[in-house]
Amino acid sequence: MGKCSWPQALCVTAVAMSAAFGSAAHAAESSEPIKFVLNDWTGQLLSSRIMGEALKRNGYKIEYTTADTMAQFQGLETGDLHVQMEVWTTTTKDVFDAAIKTGGVENLGESGMNAREEWWYPEYMKEKCPGLPNWEALKSPECVKAFSTPDTEPKGRYLGGPVTWAGFDDERVAALGLNFEVVHAGTDAALFAELESAYARKAPIILWIYSPHWAPAIYKGEWVEFPPYTPACYEEKRYDCGKPKGPILKAAWAGLKKKWPKAHAAISKFKVDTDEMNALILKVDRDKSSVEDVADGWLNANEARWRAWLE
Amino acid sequence: MRGAATLTVLRDKRLWAAAAMLAALSAVSSLVPWTASYPAAWKLPIDDVITTWLKYIVSHISPVTRALASVVQLPLDLVTALLVKGFAFNIGETHIELPALSWLGLSGLLVWAGYWASGFRLAALQAAGCAYLLLFGQWDGAMLTLASVLVCVPIAVITGLLVGVLAHARPSVNTWLLTPGLDIMQTVPAFAYLIPTLLLFGFGPVAAMIATVIFAMPPMARVTALVLDQAPQEIRELATMIGCSKRQAIWRILLPSARPMLLVGLNQTVMMTLNMVIIASMIGAGGLGFDVLRALRQLDIDRGFVSGTAIVVIAIMLDRLGAAVANRARPDVEQAPGWGQSLILPLGWLLAATLAGVWIEWLAKFPDALRLSTGGVLNATVSWINVNFFDAMEALRIFTLKNLMNPIKFFLADMPWLVLAGLVTLAAYFIAGLRLALLSVLVLGFCLVTGLWDKVMITLYLCLSATVVSALIGIPLAVAAARYDALYRAANVAVELLQTLPSFVYLIPVVMLFRVGDFAALLAIVAFAITPIVKFTMTALRTVPSDLVEAGQSMGCSRFQLDRLIRLPVALPTILLGINQAILFALAMVVITALVGTRDLGQEVYIALTTANPGRGLVAGLCLAFLGILIDRMFRAGASRLQHTTTAGAA
Repeated sequence: MGKCSWPQALCVTAVAMSAAFGSAAHAAESSEPIKFVLNDWTGQLLSSRIMGEALKRNGYKIEYTTADTMAQFQGLETGDLHVQMEVWTTTTKDVFDAAIKTGGVENLGESGMNAREEWWYPEYMKEKCPGLPNWEALKSPECVKAFSTPDTEPKGRYLGGPVTWAGFDDERVAALGLNFEVVHAGTDAALFAELESAYARKAPIILWIYSPHWAPAIYKGEWVEFPPYTPACYEEKRYDCGKPKGPILKAAWAGLKKKWPKAHAAISKFKVDTDEMNALILKVDRDKSSVEDVADGWLNANEARWRAWLE
Repeated sequence: MRGAATLTVLRDKRLWAAAAMLAALSAVSSLVPWTASYPAAWKLPIDDVITTWLKYIVSHISPVTRALASVVQLPLDLVTALLVKGFAFNIGETHIELPALSWLGLSGLLVWAGYWASGFRLAALQAAGCAYLLLFGQWDGAMLTLASVLVCVPIAVITGLLVGVLAHARPSVNTWLLTPGLDIMQTVPAFAYLIPTLLLFGFGPVAAMIATVIFAMPPMARVTALVLDQAPQEIRELATMIGCSKRQAIWRILLPSARPMLLVGLNQTVMMTLNMVIIASMIGAGGLGFDVLRALRQLDIDRGFVSGTAIVVIAIMLDRLGAAVANRARPDVEQAPGWGQSLILPLGWLLAATLAGVWIEWLAKFPDALRLSTGGVLNATVSWINVNFFDAMEALRIFTLKNLMNPIKFFLADMPWLVLAGLVTLAAYFIAGLRLALLSVLVLGFCLVTGLWDKVMITLYLCLSATVVSALIGIPLAVAAARYDALYRAANVAVELLQTLPSFVYLIPVVMLFRVGDFAALLAIVAFAITPIVKFTMTALRTVPSDLVEAGQSMGCSRFQLDRLIRLPVALPTILLGINQAILFALAMVVITALVGTRDLGQEVYIALTTANPGRGLVAGLCLAFLGILIDRMFRAGASRLQHTTTAGAA
């Protein structure tokens, strides 16, 4: 970007101008920063970075703001926040639908990734609780005992996601009459740190796992099969069923299209598939590369792809 | 002495009456199911009502608050641009970028301020602080944090002054509105009022700033009211004599004459602002607080520790500088040359360094090549401990859970609410009489009808377990520290460090070592709650009147007997206050442990925050605040009763 600094303030900076914002293609667009929402799991951080940096390389100003999955819609409706790269229809569909209804939020379509979220256990737990993956096995006293820990005894322990992810696990446990206590993992990192630790020691664990993620690819295990999800099960607030599966969508403040039409089009075109994202997440979580570096690496390697979004 | 007092209590007929009442209550609760566990259907929808009303109010006044937010945004943008981001704007066709102030210039300014305010030692401290921030790559984050401090503090101080003056001038408003208001502002966890602020002021640094102001303003208001109420008679008379109106007397005479005290209030406000940094980052503030929060989310202990320490470093730098300035402001200290001429040099330096930074890159941006890092040492240490000491730690965890935490948990969870409420209320009655008993009924009743009883019990269980552990570790430590000077000094430093280090930082290692759950939460709470116990106990033991100790020695007491028979009983009321503080600290910390997955009132507040549900958060926050107030009043009353019995006994 062209830079004209203090002492040269009086210098004519038509050059810098055109380099920074001046190209004719963007003349109609606002020069204000576009605000991207960052959530608390690695995949979302990567999607946001990739899209945000792609726009930045095209001369947009981008700001990243951290917000919680639920609270973010408040910001998107009012235009305090502008873009959310990953809305998981598996958990936040109801809130998302409500936000769209207010007229303040727009659905920018699928991101190319499909989401699955459910209770998950490592394969070695099957010996201690042979009835799995059928959920009814969890009702038997042996299974409850197998999953019980000193913190939760006499109940079994299910490690849920951070409370911000919703997911109705407390309700599910009550509705299905499971003798389990839902312990919320506070953070994404804590969730997987615990899986890693338990897996290494073959210690009992059953927890919330989601995909796209590297964990179900690297660790051997299975998802619990709950009674299949039906829309009615959630709408009637019964929650005696499993979690829905579905695409991951992109969302934006409804004013985005008017203020930054080209950016709006580019974000709508953003597509990354599940396997590709899994590989990127693995680089961050296991190899401890920074999100920024991994996103930059992807942008450098796939220049043609993201340039096409911006056309 | 104390034995006699207990005996008289035992002989008291009221005790038998109380026991009979409790027995009756437990009989009732075993017969009538709803007195054992409160039916969920009877929950009063207070939270929903608050939410509906707040949303209604918000939808009508949000244009006003939004406008206000954009006004506050201006100074914040200005300071942020000045310190970190630099300016970029267009005049016609011309695009102009001005750089942010150079790190060299700003550090020079801080060092000079230290020298000006106190001398060489303070200047060295400021230099060391700046060096830490620069070498560990925390400069930009620190400047963002400093920017919000620079905007929040003046707003908080001015509002605080106005509230304080109002409290002084209108005693009735003070009793009925201001004092309870300030009490609540300081006891409701900051999490709970983040939500209404979020709704009113939108997502971002401004909302975070306003929540910070709410949190940091009360001490200033209290100090102002205090100095006005306690102003010396001569000064008042002087004001009347020279014919000041009441308003003139306050603003022209009383407040200026109390400048040193007001500066203490200012200092406190700065500290509270820094305390709030991490919580504020949950609704969009950037800077060091956000770095710590992100480290917590990624369980990156190195980064969390480096950024957390940076917050402490800034706090120490500002605290010492503030104290030195307050000291200089005392009328009896000789004044150095005025601001006017002494400012020229540092400001010139700042401008020169910034200007030079345009051509010389390392002046504008601290060179990366000089950066230090912890190099993942802390992460590696934690993993090493995890691999090598897993069995021992697991044994400790299970032992504590089985022998301390679970019994308390089951006791509280299985106790019918009627019996527990009766027990607490009777205790309140015996300690301090009818008024406190009434308060207890109101507080517990509020927890009950809002449907939060179970969460309250989990909260109490965590707080009580943590307080027991803190007392078991803290009191022996303090007894030893009171005896040996070296240990005393070390303990003082440790306490100060634990109190300034943001409490979020402890969460990272405990979760890495003990995984998600109540035991990890317990350890984090203990790290925070043990400090007042150690501090109060040490001070109390060290200030036991020496004639009492000498009397003991002359009667031939051994060292152990001196501690047990003289020092501890005399110090007991103060130690009790320390325990009281520990419980209050624990209540405050409980909210934060919700971030690592506890199931208490803190979680309730946290869920409310993340779902932008103000009613739910406020109700849970009020529950916590009321519980804190009740426990505090009971302990204070108990301590002052003990004080009477011990002084009476000693006499």
